[in-house]
Amino acid sequence: MDKLSVITSFLHAIVVYNVPLLYGTVGEIVVEKSGSLNLGVEGIMAVGAIFGYMMGCFANSLGVGIGVAFLAGVLCGLLFAFLTVSLQANQNITGLTLTTFGLGVYFFVGTSLKAVKWPVMGDYSNIMKGFAELPIPGLSKLPVIGSGLFSHNIMVYLGVAIAVVLWWYLNKTAPGLRLRAIGENPGAADSVGINVNRMKYLHICLGCGIMGIGGYYMALNMGGSFNSNCWINGYGWIAVALVIFANWSPALAILGTFVFGFFNTLKVSGSTLAAAFPGGLGWLADIPSQVFDALPFIITAVVLVVSSVQKKKNSGQPAFLGLNYFREER
Amino acid sequence: MKKTLALLLALVMMLSLAACGGDPETKDEFKVGAIYINSKSDTAGYTFAHHNGITTAMKSLGMDTDKQLVIVDNVPEDKQAVLDAVDTLVSNGADIIFGISFGYIDALEEASKEYTDVIFSHGTGYKANETNFNNYFGRIYQARYLAGIAAGLKSLETGNNNVGYVAAHTTDYAETASGINGFALGVQAVNPNAKIYVKNLNNWADEINEKAYAEELINSFGCGVISQHCDSAQPQIAAQNGKVFGCGYNSDMTADAPKAHLTAAIWNWNVYYATAIKAAQACEGDASKFVEKMGGNAYYGGLKEGFVDVSPLTENCAKGTKEAIEAVKKLMVDGEWDVFTGVKLNISVDAEGKVSVTKTNAALESNGLQYKDGNFKAPMENTVVVEAGGASVDDGVIKGSMNYLVKGVEEV
Repeated sequence: MDKLSVITSFLHAIVVYNVPLLYGTVGEIVVEKSGSLNLGVEGIMAVGAIFGYMMGCFANSLGVGIGVAFLAGVLCGLLFAFLTVSLQANQNITGLTLTTFGLGVYFFVGTSLKAVKWPVMGDYSNIMKGFAELPIPGLSKLPVIGSGLFSHNIMVYLGVAIAVVLWWYLNKTAPGLRLRAIGENPGAADSVGINVNRMKYLHICLGCGIMGIGGYYMALNMGGSFNSNCWINGYGWIAVALVIFANWSPALAILGTFVFGFFNTLKVSGSTLAAAFPGGLGWLADIPSQVFDALPFIITAVVLVVSSVQKKKNSGQPAFLGLNYFREER
Repeated sequence: MKKTLALLLALVMMLSLAACGGDPETKDEFKVGAIYINSKSDTAGYTFAHHNGITTAMKSLGMDTDKQLVIVDNVPEDKQAVLDAVDTLVSNGADIIFGISFGYIDALEEASKEYTDVIFSHGTGYKANETNFNNYFGRIYQARYLAGIAAGLKSLETGNNNVGYVAAHTTDYAETASGINGFALGVQAVNPNAKIYVKNLNNWADEINEKAYAEELINSFGCGVISQHCDSAQPQIAAQNGKVFGCGYNSDMTADAPKAHLTAAIWNWNVYYATAIKAAQACEGDASKFVEKMGGNAYYGGLKEGFVDVSPLTENCAKGTKEAIEAVKKLMVDGEWDVFTGVKLNISVDAEGKVSVTKTNAALESNGLQYKDGNFKAPMENTVVVEAGGASVDDGVIKGSMNYLVKGVEEV
């Protein structure tokens, strides 16, 4: 066994399998920064996945797939925004309902499509080509970490780019500042002339659209093989937890994704690492896999405890998170 | 308005009462009941395979699956839930009830005592009585041995002796252990130098990791053929992406990975369901005769009955695979030889594609580790499971207590 290649494929798997978390987390951060808590990430990702996959195959184009997944997510966001912003419905319940709804749509569309003819990913050359690995010149030549971290499909880079751009948008631009103001105190924002409802609508839709792309990534990563399990497989819920871990910062979300991903992937690669390095890492083989399953959630719990004990002044959590803004009650 | 409503309700009630009476024609129709762990509308997976088997069997017997099949699905492995499902099915007039999941075992045993006029048939279990309660399972290890031959010949062709196996569980379940062993012995019969690496998912359904584990086996362990004991086709897709080959399970997975798939060990559940329904009908209302009509209370069909098989070989298979598999299949169908015995097959294909199968007496040995009290690596004192030339391991062990892997298999 080539020990260095074990490390390389471990790093590679961390990225490939966990980028959907990044999309889900960044999307949810945008939504939450507007003061809305959307617990429907899992369902929105599922809707984006199934429609993106279907239409992407239909058009034999990765770009169409990404676009449709984004639009499907936006539609879910529109539904959420209409219910919680316009109709003032409870955000927690609306989000949970959206999860159930999204998974229902996923299975309904998928099962119906399978009854007619399921599109097999391998038959669509443009999608296979589009999703193939695209090494970054220079960086990918580095020993060990090169092909592990810098040789991925275009949607990995897209996810990182979205996160960076959104970090810049939230922290360095005027609309970003207004958005954060709405999340902190919508009444004050309103009084200086910001259209609160329009900003909320826009950013809920944008965030949900990003989640939809994450779902589509998952569909492609699973080779488009539709079974009785959903492609999203709980990643939406981990994304909700990751938002807290990332302290509502899209840039930290990149780090958070790979920290979570590290433990996620340890479950798979732990025994391989143990076999490759029996001296140093042999103990990994003796850890029950249930421990690895629980690790991301244990870490979130620890982060929650630490951050609330510290009572950090620079906590990124919007003060108005989860509360509806009703102008007449201001 | 209220009066009209009351009148309407009264009318509905009368009509429904009349419906309860039912027309006499359907009353003595034979009815099949089924309890599923997942949804009957699944399009893949375990419940789908059984549902497909039951409906295929009923159609082949000329039965109407709309009228004569009653199903309760999404029933968890909880005693009360299963008993409730049984009550529903019995009140719908079911004459025979199939429970497909292992965890239904105690509930079905209890129900068989309560409803002695109904037949209960439990898939993958081990409990039964002498009258109206049996269990059924198949010798899937025989089909896996055949798939192992295809994998072994491929490993000789590619010159890569490493073979990978993604397993839902390993030595903690006899079902998975016997499957791994059957496959491994098939590989070794062709390629004695082959090394089989097994990854334990520790989960019956975990699609994402099924793919990730297969990738580990390909990238880190250099495996050239990937076999599997899990529902989804992810290991096969991973094999195709990694430009290696694979053997699927449960159903023909060629459509998912046309460039990688060799053959899959498959179940023909309809074979059992047709046999059982026929036997139940032959009881003519006396459920206590069922076990007698089935010729025993534990059905364990194999290649001979057509209960298990391999899916049609693809073009990816090495030369001579078809002939080799047919020759070995014939030995098992004729009852001349079986997998877990003290007789080893040596299968070789020469340059012209001519197949020779010879038997030698050789002990069946484990790899020295066994599963015991939660420990996967408990040492085995006696690694010889069957002496050279000895008779087969008991069916009970293969089905219920095989807790070791054979020599040449390593769990990683």
